[in-house]
Amino acid sequence: MPVTTLNGRSVHVNDEGFLTEYDEWDEDLAKVLAANIGVDLTDAHWKVIHFLREDYKAQGETPTTRRVQQVAGIPIKEQFVLFPKKPGRKMSYIAGVPKPHGCV
Amino acid sequence: MKRLLVLGGGTAGTMAVNKLRPRLSPQEWKITVVDPDEVHYYQPGYLFIPFGIYQPDEVRKPRKRFLPSGVDLVTTEVDRVVPEENHVLLTDGVRLDYDYLIIATGTTPRPDQTPGMDDESVWRDSVHEFYTFEGACALAEKLRGWDGGRLVVHITEMPIKCPVAPLEFTFLADAFFTEQGMRDRVEITYVTPLEGAFTKPVASRYLGDMLDERKIALEPDFMVERIDPETKTLVSYDEREIGFDLLVTVPLNMGSDMVARSGLGDDLNYVAVDKETLLSKKYDNIFAIGDASDIPASKAGSVAHFAMDLFPENFLRHVQGLAMHEKFDGHANCFIETGHGKGLLIDFNYETEPLPGKYPLPGIGPFSLLKETEMNHWGKVMFRWIYWNILLEGKELPVPALMSMAGKIREDV
Ligand SMILES: Cc1cc2nc3c(=O)[nH]c(=O)nc-3n(C[C@H](O)[C@H](O)[C@H](O)COP(=O)(O)OP(=O)(O)OC[C@H]3O[C@@H](n4cnc5c(N)ncnc54)[C@H](O)[C@@H]3O)c2cc1C
Repeated sequence: MPVTTLNGRSVHVNDEGFLTEYDEWDEDLAKVLAANIGVDLTDAHWKVIHFLREDYKAQGETPTTRRVQQVAGIPIKEQFVLFPKKPGRKMSYIAGVPKPHGCV
Repeated sequence: MKRLLVLGGGTAGTMAVNKLRPRLSPQEWKITVVDPDEVHYYQPGYLFIPFGIYQPDEVRKPRKRFLPSGVDLVTTEVDRVVPEENHVLLTDGVRLDYDYLIIATGTTPRPDQTPGMDDESVWRDSVHEFYTFEGACALAEKLRGWDGGRLVVHITEMPIKCPVAPLEFTFLADAFFTEQGMRDRVEITYVTPLEGAFTKPVASRYLGDMLDERKIALEPDFMVERIDPETKTLVSYDEREIGFDLLVTVPLNMGSDMVARSGLGDDLNYVAVDKETLLSKKYDNIFAIGDASDIPASKAGSVAHFAMDLFPENFLRHVQGLAMHEKFDGHANCFIETGHGKGLLIDFNYETEPLPGKYPLPGIGPFSLLKETEMNHWGKVMFRWIYWNILLEGKELPVPALMSMAGKIREDV
């Protein structure tokens, strides 16, 4: 796995730039990742990101946009507003978890 | 006497009992299959029905014919599994106890899950699907009388069974309208929630080029929110709109509601299992095989087939309290019809994406991977005979269960 430097730290990423080590993530890193893809993080974004992290930890799998709607109660429509065009991909990228299955 | 219950007698359930019956002593094991439908459908054939290539009768046969003697068939729908009590309730109130349970209830298209999709004013009129027998037949009827316009082929959400089928449908439609001398009157658009034509990069590039060559427009990253039946448009969550005269959609695919009622499913009613052994993550006496499980492999008959090459050995060891040795790798092998008597073949697994090369013999074939050939088309045509006569009965095919890199050529994306 390639190593890259983000926010002055070296972290492990895959060939698409997704973090591969769950524990290398922190909120400061999330801000850098978000800036990389042009997302400004608001409270609404953090709510999604924290859900993704917790659900991934509990289930061992990244929740899909459908699951974020069903379990966290954040409508898919809103996810598209928060993370335009590719919510599934963008939110998992910022949350430091793998892309959800649906888009494998 | 131990009881093995198999819910669903489709591709996977049928293969499983054919492989297990000879290996489980009839004095010790009673095997029962539960499936409400007395007809077994060859679902890959649904692709050809709309174009009149297959007739409806070529894709259905009595289910009983494919179950071995010594296996009972109960033709009632399962209402739910009560896993804590090791029994299953049928919709007619009958209770069936089990020692071991295999869930093989597959996945089905659910047009009711997208607002507007099954609206009576458009459903099976300007909005069609070919993922069910009825849908494929209705679409055949529609295409016979259609005189052109905007054809939109659409995938609602992944995962779907046979993820290449909508692409094949698109290629066959292009060929069909060309042969009918009306291709210039049909505008074809392929609309997908994926970033490109297919799920994996190398194949996506090959297949994307094939859409281009056929003057088929590609609309990627499209997540449908609803269908407006009045204006006949697909509307996405990010407010893009695509108008159609004829929409051929693949509705959201979901596992059986029975799985949800049993508390065994995820958000799409798929049963959580270990991806190498197919054993439930929650219950030590429940397996889920075929499309019903949540393994991150294609939902395809070929995947079920390769998995079933390994499954019996694991099952026999597991019931004796031994560790399971065989580890499934997600191997899939799909012929892709591309029209005008040609086809493509892809071969891949959990780890390795579809690559070009030859299959099954390196350098020889006779099948070519990711390349359009007539031989690949014949592979697909032969497959129907192989399905009815070899696969369902659990006989061996001369190809290995686990994917092999021999014959494949690695490429840089
Ligand atoms: C259009 C199309 C094209 C395809 N093309 C290909 C291809 O080219 N190659 C390929 O490998 N695969 C292809 N497939 C996929 C393939 O058909 C499936 O992956 C395969 O049939 C899965 O087998 P299964 O046993 O898991 O499910 P199924 O074969 O669907 O069987 C499920 C069974 O469960 C029963 N059932 C459901 N609910 C209940 C309940 N509550 N109680 C009791 N029984 C129940 C159903 O009646 C059914 O008989 C295609 C599918 C479609 C739709």
